[in-house]
Amino acid sequence: MEAYWPLWVALMIGERNINLLTLSLFVLIPAWAYLADEPFTITLMTRAVIFALAAVGLNLILGIGGFVSFGHAAFFGLGGYVMGILAWHAQGYSPLLEWPFVIEGTKSMPVIWLVSIMVSAIFALIIGAVSLKTSGVYFIMITLAFAQMMYYFSISWSAYGGEDGMSIYVRNNFPGLNTLDPIQFYSLCFVLLLISLWFVSRLIKSPFGLALNAARQSPQRVQAVGLDLHKLQLFAFVVSGAITGLAGALFADLNRFVSPNMFGWQLSGEFIVFIIIGGVGRLFGPVIGALLFVGLEHFLGELSDFWHIYLGIILLLIVLFSKSGVIGLIAKKEVHSD
Amino acid sequence: MTDAVLATQNITKSFGSLIACDDVSIEVKPEEIHAIIGPNGAGKSTLISQICGTQKPDNGCVKLLGQDITFKSAKDRALSGIGRTFQISQLAMEDTVLQNVMIGSLGKTGNPWKFIKPVLKINELREEAEFALERVGLTNDLHSKAGILSHGQKRQLEVAIALTLKPKIFIMDEPMAGLGIEGSKELMLLLDNLRYEAPILLVEHDMDAVFSLANIISVLDYGRVIASDSVEGIKKNPIVQRAYLGEET
Repeated sequence: MEAYWPLWVALMIGERNINLLTLSLFVLIPAWAYLADEPFTITLMTRAVIFALAAVGLNLILGIGGFVSFGHAAFFGLGGYVMGILAWHAQGYSPLLEWPFVIEGTKSMPVIWLVSIMVSAIFALIIGAVSLKTSGVYFIMITLAFAQMMYYFSISWSAYGGEDGMSIYVRNNFPGLNTLDPIQFYSLCFVLLLISLWFVSRLIKSPFGLALNAARQSPQRVQAVGLDLHKLQLFAFVVSGAITGLAGALFADLNRFVSPNMFGWQLSGEFIVFIIIGGVGRLFGPVIGALLFVGLEHFLGELSDFWHIYLGIILLLIVLFSKSGVIGLIAKKEVHSD
Repeated sequence: MTDAVLATQNITKSFGSLIACDDVSIEVKPEEIHAIIGPNGAGKSTLISQICGTQKPDNGCVKLLGQDITFKSAKDRALSGIGRTFQISQLAMEDTVLQNVMIGSLGKTGNPWKFIKPVLKINELREEAEFALERVGLTNDLHSKAGILSHGQKRQLEVAIALTLKPKIFIMDEPMAGLGIEGSKELMLLLDNLRYEAPILLVEHDMDAVFSLANIISVLDYGRVIASDSVEGIKKNPIVQRAYLGEET
């Protein structure tokens, strides 16, 4: 493409600058919306941030690990239900567990986040231990099957709303903040996204990241140097699930509503789409993808009820013309940094 | 018998009716280069796979320093001291040359369970990797991607990774292929000295290299060892001449 389109090349910028540009959008748009008193835009951006966080998690196992998980909504839903169950007990003043010891519900975000991360991690450990024994299409199908199992379980779990889900009347608390104020809740989510991006960026360059990266490209090599392929991938899957689980807790808090749809395969698919739009395996791929997706969903949705068709065409064009999403289209060939 | 670093005892492997490895017993002793030669399809690669653990023999056993490793995984064999190079380069093509070698040092001496510190900043791993690259003569492009290297350079990279493992024995599957005259000479010099660090089981098509390096040559044909002798012995062996080197010699 470079050879035929000099103007395009002139417009290309380094991946680092694309990342900074993306981050500045996540600061400037909400700042503008705040000043212009457009709370809906802030909510839209919060949605983008939370989806980005979920996909950052997925990108770890999909982009770096090389396993296409079509069941990450399982963790998203788990995070959501952890929030829902804890908050539901707290607002109803009924203990979560009475025997052998009393566990009360809670409306505290830090506690909910921690529990979401832990529960998702435990489930990821179990799901990963089974499904990472396979690869390719089988892996896709097994992860999908796990997520669907949890979807149908949540539908039949009448204690927590069953098919109708659960409404949480007031958003949960974070010490020192008024989380009902859209811009404050947005900032909270954005900071969590930044922390996870920082963590993943370090992880990719760490010894673990090097090994995981090599395991995708040449499993035989990794075994021949005495590294445990399965353990590396399982750990990546657990971290991946935990991050997506945290995103699920935030998403439930954004909507103050949890339902079985959070386990739905459509969501799993959307997470994959974010990554493909932005750039598979790129640090900011899922972030750019989620922002574009939420933006397109909003603007195309205003134009037509059949906005999915246009989204599909755009997705098709991106996949056809770039090997690694939007970032691949506009990023200069990376110069190796050391 | 006991002083062999690596020994295969009567290993047999068949795929359906095809016997790829038929009652093969070979030994590699300290400070020795043991070359395996044979026509295509003679079972050389199957033998290597069974030694390195990517395939299990139907019968017989593989011993490393007297210890039975027949049922160990490829990963555990690598940790026990088998350092292999692959016939078809197995490299992380999107990673740099340096990163590829560091994967080797990571497996043996490093700890992959570190998540924050950049691997390139871990000096002992990096120095080890750079030293290995220097030894194979691949120093000019540390930071280019492995995927853009020439075929010969990929072979050198394979050897460099094996060096970082500091193995008890090297298993090298056609390390010379595609190296060119100059590259082959350099690598031969390296292997010639390397045998004093750890013996080498060498599968190679380059006969000049085999004849000048090997202490022992075993000839495989249809999965069987038809001869195992010194270079002079093999050159004179009538069975080998008929099966492999050509009738007219």
